Amino acid sequence: MALWTFFGLARGEATTDWPKPHAGSAEQDAVIGLPRISGKDCAPDCAACIAACPTEALRRGDPEAGLGGNARIALDYGRCIGCQRCVDVCPAGTLSASHEWALGTRRREDLVFDPHARHAAERLQQAMARVFKHSLHIRHVDAGSCNGCESELQALLNPFYNLHRLGIFFTASPRAADLLLVTGTVTAPMQDALLAAWEAMPEPKWVMAMGACAISGAMAREGYASGAGAHGVVPVDVYLPGCPPTPAAIMQALLLLLERAPQRLHGGRIHE
Amino acid sequence: MNTLVLRMHAAEISAAIETLLAKGGRMQMVYAHPLPEHLEICYLASLGAGKPLELWCVDAPSAGMPSMAAHVPLLGWYEREMHDLSGVDLLNHPEPYPLLIERRADEAAPLSGIRCNSRFPAPHVLPDVSGEDVQELDFGPVRADVFESVQFRFFYIGERILRYQPRLFLKHRGMEKRFQGLAPEAAMHLAERISGVGALAHGLAYCQAIEDAAGSEVPPRARAWRSLLAELERVYNHLHYLGHLADTTTLKVGQAEGRLLEERAKQLNAKVCGHRLLMNVLSPGGLRRDLHLPVHFLRELSKLEADSARYIAQLERTSSFLDRLHTTGPLPRKVAFDQGATGPVERASGLDRDLRRDHPYAAYAGYPPRVARHADGDAYARYRVRCAELLDSMRLVRQLAQTLPSGDVRSACLAPARGVGLGWAESPRGSVYYVAHLDHAGRLSRVKIKSPSYSNWRVFPYTVHDSNMMDYAINEASFGSTVAGCDR
Repeated sequence: MALWTFFGLARGEATTDWPKPHAGSAEQDAVIGLPRISGKDCAPDCAACIAACPTEALRRGDPEAGLGGNARIALDYGRCIGCQRCVDVCPAGTLSASHEWALGTRRREDLVFDPHARHAAERLQQAMARVFKHSLHIRHVDAGSCNGCESELQALLNPFYNLHRLGIFFTASPRAADLLLVTGTVTAPMQDALLAAWEAMPEPKWVMAMGACAISGAMAREGYASGAGAHGVVPVDVYLPGCPPTPAAIMQALLLLLERAPQRLHGGRIHE
Repeated sequence: MNTLVLRMHAAEISAAIETLLAKGGRMQMVYAHPLPEHLEICYLASLGAGKPLELWCVDAPSAGMPSMAAHVPLLGWYEREMHDLSGVDLLNHPEPYPLLIERRADEAAPLSGIRCNSRFPAPHVLPDVSGEDVQELDFGPVRADVFESVQFRFFYIGERILRYQPRLFLKHRGMEKRFQGLAPEAAMHLAERISGVGALAHGLAYCQAIEDAAGSEVPPRARAWRSLLAELERVYNHLHYLGHLADTTTLKVGQAEGRLLEERAKQLNAKVCGHRLLMNVLSPGGLRRDLHLPVHFLRELSKLEADSARYIAQLERTSSFLDRLHTTGPLPRKVAFDQGATGPVERASGLDRDLRRDHPYAAYAGYPPRVARHADGDAYARYRVRCAELLDSMRLVRQLAQTLPSGDVRSACLAPARGVGLGWAESPRGSVYYVAHLDHAGRLSRVKIKSPSYSNWRVFPYTVHDSNMMDYAINEASFGSTVAGCDR
């Protein structure tokens, strides 16, 4: 055993400083994130991206709104799996690849970019009870995922991210949990288990839908076996898009819930 | 074509299996393919290394299909799945219970739309286990820590497990149905998300199935990249495996080190292709876009390799770790073969099979792996096989990276109407097979997936019966199966 103690000590510190400002991007700058809609005009009569999207995340914007936005497409980050097919087929460069991944939001609507929708004023958030500002206990429930989200959740506990340093812990019992973290499409057999976990949690409690499947069902939406995400089964407080969201994105969304990090995505637009 | 498609009559299947087994071959799977006029049943058979695989297709007889499960046990789950999803009547099945979904007798089967009078009326009940001191434990589906959902039922006395039954398929998402009606190229993202940590192997097997149907040749640069990416997938999965195994033996520093090395491997993945789990890179015909090795790639690989070797050496010196693995969860060679174990699990039980060597794909013909084997079949053997594979994968990655050919990375790949193709890959967990059938318009009419976790979850309970409660978590970790890959 002493061997391992020295082994660990000799290894030194492995943890990133992220999300402190000087910490850069937590070694994720190479990750290709969710696509962005730029101000460029769409090619005339082009709907290539809508046809290419495998999860119906893209649709035509409503031209009747008459606001004259130059992009004719609307994008729902809650359905987007970041496959970049729309970026590949876009002839005009309206859609472009981005390195954006820390995009957790408090409202489902904030995941939707619609060029014609009026930019709703940001509602005042109900402040979380002071007692939860610094520490958070999470009960994770896999409700029908591909295991990609679990792989990245498990990564939060590795020495590089070391989630514990932020006062955030995973807990075995829902009775000790503040946050229910849902992954997967919520298949029929998992609905009851998910609800049971939520009901066993004491008030006040929060729910986070992590990944495109838990937000909308994404590519496994509905069908004979799987559901359309956590919404409608349990009340969702934070949405985290991505397929799967990177560990740093998960951390950002958890800190957003705790009001220790700002929300960057409003009405589908990224605000710095 | 990678495969011979043979038309047969249902009555000939039994004798054909007999002949195949006598020649040292092995059945891989069976599935139903609903056609507009009738239901076709397809058996996939391996004749051995270097020989083409065979797809035996028969028309489903109206009186029901005789079950082959008593003869070839590994087909048992596939047959029950045919019953659940395609409404195939099976005669004399030894385990006549629903497997994936419970369907009312008058309800249409999701894949075929057939409303058959179900011959599998009863939900699965366990054999009656009773006795004064027998305790029953239902564990899951929501388990401690971050785990996939699956439920386990134990009957035990004290520490001794009498009977164990996993309840899988709670996460069944009906993924195979989602391929139906899509253009081959548009279904790529589905294959990558059957099992997120096997995205590359699944995507690769799917691409190769489409390329097989289309008869298209993948350019050499894309082939080399595919092998390189596949080995990177093995590296991060096996490092995850070692960290998790150390966790179950309560070796905390060992767990942290394994997870840290896994993180470095995932960061390397992102630098290579923009995705930590290697998604969104493959396409039928090659790669979606050309990739370039990041700066310092070989240096980072060498560091990861040296640290992994040091980590394994340290584990090998830790008797508290080794004591928990030796003789835990032994899987005899015969059970491994009959029940269809695959990947490191079967190789740890003395079976010598690896698709990369036996049926080379991508660039493996020029870059053969050193296939690791072990004879003991216990958790230690499974761990040793993975350690050897981890180091060998890094050797392959270096070789491939140093000799990447130049040129195109994508060729035309148009699968013909009514075509059929077979693709495979040796994933970190074992063999993945994809069969793709196309309809009259060149769209997918049926995609059948054989995933390694499905194979190994079927085998796993045989190592649990009559074992100890305290060894259970270690034994489960030593298999390293995913639930998503099994449930689909």
